Amino acid sequence: MANTSFATGWKWRQASVIPGFGLSLGYTLSYLVLIILIPLAGLVWHTASLGLPELASLATDSRTLNALRISFGTAMAAAFVNAVFGVIVAWVLVRYDFPGRRFVDAAVDLPFALPTAVAGIALTTLYAPKGWIGAWLTPLGIKIAYTPLGIVIALIFIGLPFVVRTVQPVMEEIDRQVEEAAATLGANRFQTIFRVLLPGLFPAILTGFALAFARGVGEYGSVIFIAGNIPYVSEIAPLLIVIRLEEFNYPAAMAVATIMLVISFIMLFIINLIQAWSRKRYGYA
Amino acid sequence: MNSILKGLGGLLLSLSLVIPAHAGSTLLNVSYDPTREFYKDYNAAFAKHWKAETGEDVTVQQSHGGSGKQARAVIDGLNADVVTLALESDINAIVEKSAKISPDWRARLANNSAPYTSTIVFLVRKGNPKGVHNWDDLVKGDVQIVTPNPKTSGGARWNYLAAWAWANEEFKGDQDKIKGYITELFKRAPVLDTGARGSTVTFAQRGIGDVLLAWENEAYLAGEEFGADAFEIIVPPISILAEPPVAVVDANVDAKGTRKVAEAYLNYLYSDEGQNIAAKHFYRPSNPKAVAPDLLKALPDIKLVTIDDPVFGGWKKVQPEHFGDGGIFDQIYKPAR
Repeated sequence: MANTSFATGWKWRQASVIPGFGLSLGYTLSYLVLIILIPLAGLVWHTASLGLPELASLATDSRTLNALRISFGTAMAAAFVNAVFGVIVAWVLVRYDFPGRRFVDAAVDLPFALPTAVAGIALTTLYAPKGWIGAWLTPLGIKIAYTPLGIVIALIFIGLPFVVRTVQPVMEEIDRQVEEAAATLGANRFQTIFRVLLPGLFPAILTGFALAFARGVGEYGSVIFIAGNIPYVSEIAPLLIVIRLEEFNYPAAMAVATIMLVISFIMLFIINLIQAWSRKRYGYA
Repeated sequence: MNSILKGLGGLLLSLSLVIPAHAGSTLLNVSYDPTREFYKDYNAAFAKHWKAETGEDVTVQQSHGGSGKQARAVIDGLNADVVTLALESDINAIVEKSAKISPDWRARLANNSAPYTSTIVFLVRKGNPKGVHNWDDLVKGDVQIVTPNPKTSGGARWNYLAAWAWANEEFKGDQDKIKGYITELFKRAPVLDTGARGSTVTFAQRGIGDVLLAWENEAYLAGEEFGADAFEIIVPPISILAEPPVAVVDANVDAKGTRKVAEAYLNYLYSDEGQNIAAKHFYRPSNPKAVAPDLLKALPDIKLVTIDDPVFGGWKKVQPEHFGDGGIFDQIYKPAR
């Protein structure tokens, strides 16, 4: 996408050596409409039938607000942790060779493949007060399972591969000579990391962060097992949607879903803007 | 979105099960979670009975899940011939939202269309270390309870109502005191799982809590599954009469031409054999005379309050008042301000 030049103004057709632009654009549009736009439009359409006053009162309901706060807060915290530790994992996998590297590399993908309910049950077993890890933490007064902290742990597990897999290929592209040049020009190690390496990785880290965050906001399967599901404390927004469905209150369920959708879209849009800005700022494209 | 996709996949899968495998009729029984083992036995018995009576083969497919979720699947088009759910209000929801079941369904079969009943009991750890014998013991000392979420689980609604029935008697109908007790009770629940099985696992396998509020049959099943020497069943002197109802889905059986066999399937639940199988799986038979006395020993006589008791006034009143959006249960968790 980098070589798109708009110097002569916007044009429908881009001269390209590969034919079939119309065909592929048409395919892309109908695919997106069919798979993404129609279901989402249905959701918004049904919510719109609620009327604005009712939507507003549902949106400002303190239970809804708490659930949204918990969902977005824990997803954000987990994405931050993943952004830091995911980059370290990616760095180790790219730059070092050690016995079992391929194995570790493959293991990073496991959260993708594992059914989320299995992950939730496994994590709860570990972190419950009598679990392997929980048993050590309980005497210290640290409770993980059945608290918001448990939600964060589950989302870190679910989100890790998103950061590692987006950052890894970009890291592989970094020329080692850049670091050597930085060293010969007198940069110390911190300067090399923060002023030479990280700016180039920043857009990829942001993408990974955004993916992990988006995945965490919508996660249901693993979280309900470890969260405790106490209203106002550890009740996530997707569970609130399920609760509304159980009450046969479809409009309220759709309202919560639409609010989640709008917030997610705005956040992802902002992340994209930061990304574009950082690309320009550091001259990476 | 993820769970909606999963639900859709599950729906497609269940629909594909409906395609008849061979000649003879096929029934789909859409039921709730803890009936799995019971209906497996019952289906075999009914197939044999139907073959002897009419010479026809019948295959019964099962679908299990949370009661509310199952009702929603039927509303949304799951081609069930009969529904055997945990709550009357779930069948009422099918009547109201889809009109696939005639509104007079409850009067069509004996005993309010509940061929077997159950109640809510306590499962405690071996030796009953916290000395739990009655409902007031649940809010003493540092006792912690495990129950599923009444908003998502039918069984949990019965738990809540059983506690309410006791408190109503204890506090002579004083609403504030009853609500105070219920609030204190749910404050002692560190987890609210979404279904009854989830709570059983939380209590039995993860070692959370001192008392599990459970279906009587689920409590016995937990004993068999996780080691009978690890737990004890405490039957409180007063509890709720849970009537899991059954109904033929009129619109579906008329479209498929399976009304006769579907009706026979539900009627046979009331037969001596059906009642004995229910008792064997720790459901309380509606006609105890038909059942071998040693099967009844596990189901002691206690005072059981029904949902139609003036305290509750039937499901149509209870559902919105207690479990609806902003209802009494929601108020328990409302933060004080």
